Amino acid sequence: MKADDARDTGATLLSSSAEDANSGALANQPPINQSRRYFLIGATSTVAAAGAVGVAVPFVGSWFPSAKARAAGAPIRVDISKLEPGAVLGPIPAWRGMPVFVVQRGEDVIKRLETQTENLADPDSARAEQQPDYAVNPWRSKRPEIGVLLGLCTHLGCSPKYYGSVQPESFDPEWQGGFFCPCHGSKFDLAGRVVKGVPAPSNLEVPPYRFEGNNIIVIGEDEATS
Amino acid sequence: MSDSSSQPSSNKPPHAGVRFMEWLDARFPATETWEYHLSKYYAPKNHNFWYLMGWIATVVLVNQLLTGIWLTMSYVPDGVNAFASVEYIMRDVEYGWLLRYLHSTGASAFFVVVYLHMFRGMMYGSYQKPRELIWLIGMAIFVVLMAEGFFGYLLPWGNMSFWGAQVIVSLVGAIPVIGPDMMEWVRGDFLMSDITLNRFFALHVVALPLVLVMLVFVHFVALHHVGSNNPDGIEIKDHKDENGVPLDGLPFWPYTVTHDIHATVIFLFIFCAVVFFAPEMGGYFLEKPNFEVANPLKTPEHIAPVWYYTPFYAMLRAVTYPLLGVDAKFWGFVVMAGAIVVPALLPWLDRSPVKSIRYKGNWSKWMLGLFVVAFFILGYLGTVTPSTWATILSQVCTLIYFAYFVLMPWYTRIEKTKPVPDRVTSL
Repeated sequence: MKADDARDTGATLLSSSAEDANSGALANQPPINQSRRYFLIGATSTVAAAGAVGVAVPFVGSWFPSAKARAAGAPIRVDISKLEPGAVLGPIPAWRGMPVFVVQRGEDVIKRLETQTENLADPDSARAEQQPDYAVNPWRSKRPEIGVLLGLCTHLGCSPKYYGSVQPESFDPEWQGGFFCPCHGSKFDLAGRVVKGVPAPSNLEVPPYRFEGNNIIVIGEDEATS
Repeated sequence: MSDSSSQPSSNKPPHAGVRFMEWLDARFPATETWEYHLSKYYAPKNHNFWYLMGWIATVVLVNQLLTGIWLTMSYVPDGVNAFASVEYIMRDVEYGWLLRYLHSTGASAFFVVVYLHMFRGMMYGSYQKPRELIWLIGMAIFVVLMAEGFFGYLLPWGNMSFWGAQVIVSLVGAIPVIGPDMMEWVRGDFLMSDITLNRFFALHVVALPLVLVMLVFVHFVALHHVGSNNPDGIEIKDHKDENGVPLDGLPFWPYTVTHDIHATVIFLFIFCAVVFFAPEMGGYFLEKPNFEVANPLKTPEHIAPVWYYTPFYAMLRAVTYPLLGVDAKFWGFVVMAGAIVVPALLPWLDRSPVKSIRYKGNWSKWMLGLFVVAFFILGYLGTVTPSTWATILSQVCTLIYFAYFVLMPWYTRIEKTKPVPDRVTSL
């Protein structure tokens, strides 16, 4: 192959007319078969693109959680024997290192959770991905008095704060108790149900959990997954 | 150089320096490059204050690269040791405090200068034909710069670093369907962790600086191909003397360089004053919660990004309505991303026959003025705790911000423009 030919760029290859191709140094050579060139360029590019995708796989894949990160996500045990009504355990580092709230709710709170629902965006926990099936009830938990919630706001992942008492707060003069996220002002009730008109789109997530005896909660697995 | 070698006057062999340049030029386009980019590159002589920003941005870039490299020599990208290594730099490393403050103040200075630089482009229509590509490359630089700042902000591993990054990474989670998995992919973990810190370090220190430097290089190449715009928004290349030199241009070397050095000295006075006397800038450059180590269980009372992101952060928070069955936070993300990217469309939105604000009509002037006011208000609102009035004001300002761009094809066409001079006028 001639040096000139080898230096040709793709653009000149594609744009050269039959006349150009047959003039000058190439005059004695057979005419250029353009459609074959297109085909070869196309075929080579396709193989190269497939190769590029193949090469990208380890680079992209390497960003997923490593074995170490996945192992750190093992379930943990939480002792609730010292939890009083109205008190909260948390946020504690739990399942997958994420902050978890364990809240003990009194009779009055349980009653409120069942009746005060008109200001909530999803009072019936209709979004299935936010909780296991056993938490689809007004208190979003297995036992009405014990709530287990992931302490990460469903808006942008800040950790909401626990404001358990019914009293006027700076962010809400008619506060009924619940969680408030300082980042963007999202509000949740004591079952982690999101209030209407705040940035958070959904209720706080309920992690999978199960009881071991009366006082131990295993967070990160339940009867279905253990 | 070519002048001296072509002098036929004497029989003496040429000077050693001349002979070296001849040797070099035969192997590398040294003289050619010098002339093309400096001694025979003509900048309009009516360039004013606003035209210093590109140069100063380059100075700041060099500062960031230099101090950044030195900081990596003592910094440890590790969840356990990162925070302590920054304290170590501040207390024990010789001049460590200076290197760090030069770097952190440099980050803010970069954005001050780049925002002014971009505003100059908007004011004088520098994005218009034939400079569309310079503008687009510049927009790419802006986006990379924002990413660079974001990744760098996690590295001190303070509590604001941690939660700020958590909030921004959570934005990815707003993307329907693939969002939650993508969030894990970006973090490499189920929450921000050591793993995230390590990869952000790699991106901040290796990947993005490379991209940034390459983009800045092509920004220059494209600029020097078409030449600078000027406050009158007319082409100096339209009027050349018999040697092909623009009549209203002055060679970059030595004229522009001389006054740019002057400006650099003044800039460094201000810059060093901040570095030495107000490196934290009352919590705007270095935020107070960041003097506390990252705590995955405790979000700071009041979370706000560094000042240069706050206008966009305010727009993110301004969106509070779900739409088309998709959460408001996704649309907030779309609005924020859109606000960052929409200026890239300016070359095609501006339908005015003139470039510079000097000759545009009242509509353009008012809209640009409103745009600037809205941008400042958004910048302020992004720093305050959310409240009802702040949300409403953010929504109004977000609308103004976008109206500037979306209505531009209309108002630039209907307004009455002034006649453009043939040759450049005063500053």
